[in-house]
Amino acid sequence: MEYAPAKFHKSARKLAPAGETFTYSPENQRRFDEIVTRYPPDQRKSAILYALYLAQNQNGGHLTAAAMDHVAEQIRCTSAEVEDVVSYYTMFFTKPVGKYVLNVCRTLSCALLGAERVTEELCAKLGIKPGETDASGTFTLLEVECLGACDRAPVVMVNDDWHERLSPEQAGKFIDDIRAGGAAAFTGCHLHKEKK
Amino acid sequence: MAYEPVLTRHVGDQDAYTLDAYVAKQRGYEGLRKALTQKPGEIIDLVKASGLRGRGGAGFPTGLKWQFVLKDTPKPKYICCNADESEPGTFKDHVLMERNPHLLIEGCAIACYAIGAKVAYIYIRGEFYHVQQVLEAEIEKAYKAGFLGKNIFGSGFDCDVFVHRGAGAYEAGEETALIESLEGKRAQPRIKPPFPAVAGLYQCPTAVNNVETLCNVPLIMMNGPEWFTALGPEKNGGPKLYCISGHVKRPGVYEASMHTTLRELIYGEQFAGGMIDEHPFKAIIPGGSSVPLLLDKDLDTPASFDDVQKAGSLLGSAGLIVLNDTVCMVWLAKNLLYFYRHESCGKCTPCREGGDWLFKLLTRIEQGEGQAKDIDLLFGVASNIAGKTLCAFGDAAATPVLTTLKLFRHEFEAHVREGRCTIPAEWRARQPMLAGHH
Ligand SMILES: Cc1cc2nc3c(=O)[nH]c(=O)nc-3n(C[C@H](O)[C@H](O)[C@H](O)COP(=O)(O)O)c2cc1C
Ligand code: SF4
Ligand code: FES
Repeated sequence: MEYAPAKFHKSARKLAPAGETFTYSPENQRRFDEIVTRYPPDQRKSAILYALYLAQNQNGGHLTAAAMDHVAEQIRCTSAEVEDVVSYYTMFFTKPVGKYVLNVCRTLSCALLGAERVTEELCAKLGIKPGETDASGTFTLLEVECLGACDRAPVVMVNDDWHERLSPEQAGKFIDDIRAGGAAAFTGCHLHKEKK
Repeated sequence: MAYEPVLTRHVGDQDAYTLDAYVAKQRGYEGLRKALTQKPGEIIDLVKASGLRGRGGAGFPTGLKWQFVLKDTPKPKYICCNADESEPGTFKDHVLMERNPHLLIEGCAIACYAIGAKVAYIYIRGEFYHVQQVLEAEIEKAYKAGFLGKNIFGSGFDCDVFVHRGAGAYEAGEETALIESLEGKRAQPRIKPPFPAVAGLYQCPTAVNNVETLCNVPLIMMNGPEWFTALGPEKNGGPKLYCISGHVKRPGVYEASMHTTLRELIYGEQFAGGMIDEHPFKAIIPGGSSVPLLLDKDLDTPASFDDVQKAGSLLGSAGLIVLNDTVCMVWLAKNLLYFYRHESCGKCTPCREGGDWLFKLLTRIEQGEGQAKDIDLLFGVASNIAGKTLCAFGDAAATPVLTTLKLFRHEFEAHVREGRCTIPAEWRARQPMLAGHH
């Protein structure tokens, strides 16, 4: 085995494309201005993750360099500091993603109950590998680490929503169901659902 | 006498999460009301007397942690609630926040009063967006009802509780990394000392407490420290939540006293109900993925901090991952090292580079391409991570390798000798038997 620096690492530097000019919508500006008051006045940077979520959602699911520049202006820090943060956390994307981002949990408890095969089935169904987006731009497939719902393994997070106990056998149908019915196809979090 | 749940007694009720139900069924916010009639130091003494130990992983006494928070300073102080819950196999805080959020909100307010803070930030992992929505809506109700905000119960005490959303990083659960992340930086730990009690959030005195830990505080206020200690074995008092996952019939979160043995938790009818199908028990990870394995001979150990430690493992976050004999231990170590090498924050070399090396070696052995010397190399690399890193993550990352090598070295040797996995292909963990599972 030859030695090479770890390539997968979070700190691997990837510059995002500039993208179109970006400013918050009035609604997002209002929300940002409100959130920032939760922190001491000299600690605006605490709001950076929130600011990035706002920008990412407004931009259709990923962050461009223009969006990060805008966040830097809001936070009053440098764009490099924003990139520093973006490149660390797994929930920010610097490339376009599909309408549905399928985050399959691959960690132990889910793997014990077939998560590896769920991923294989989804790959086969969509004709892509983990980390890729399908040709229609509808689905992005990712493998993620323990989602904190191991009693409902295998778990898949789809955007901010959840789907629990997705067996490998159901994986193909799951995609068909999303295509047909969108978010209605998700089971949601069982704790959340029982409440309604 | 059967154990009566106190943290999760009502979580199955439709309205469990609402303020009205909390006030009506759990004497909600009485603990806070009572606390505000006493001096902050008295609250700390009560929590110390209860012996409450942190439920986030380390089991450190909460009262002591609060006592260490610097008092004589003009700086503001902070409570940071650790709701990052990312330790593989752990999902208890999830239930508490989703189904009993006011218990946590009340716990945050009492903790703030005890250490002299006016603000608590609940740092919740980004993936728990649905939980965050419940929590934020309920916090708003607590403000409207006068349980948070200015001059609570006319006592002159002001308290704000804010939810702060993370964005996908296991390491953000380490307390100083959590603080860095809250400050808007990469979630990488700080060098200690100074400890957060002296210089934490914004360099101000700070206490970082786990969700379940803070949920115990209102109960101690209401029922007294003697009640709390009497619930469990000596030095391991109070209620405990256990997260049981893997090859069991009824995976889930179960509340019990720390007298309960691991065997009862796995096989008890009121708990996980036994193994999933005809395959027998092989091993258990009793405290989240970062702790050593235990075997069948250890299962009569009470699931308390001290007893599990005596048995050679750790209770950690009380995430019990139960494994049957279809599990290949080389595969298991590889699965977990994939996690650790991905989640390493990269700040120190043994963890950043060593984790990657462990993963590469394990992959090679698992694929049947390993050599005999790889097994010793594996041990050597893992031993050079453990104890040599900035934060406890390093020990956690080395553990799956060291514990599988210690207990199941023959499986590694068989892979090398046979050039393949010797667990029957149709048994392999990646071919699970979902049939008996509902
Ligand atoms: C790598 C790592 C990850 C951790 N993750 C968590 C976590 O997700 N939740 C948590 O409560 N504590 C976690 N901890 C423990 C915290 O550092 C800290 O000890 C705990 O939040 C203190 O709260 P407690 O005293 O109430 O347990 C983690 C520690 C390490 C080293
Ligand atoms: S042990 Fe790992 S996670 Fe902890 S500081 Fe070092 S590199 Fe980061
Ligand atoms: S291992 Fe998948 S949710 Fe925990």
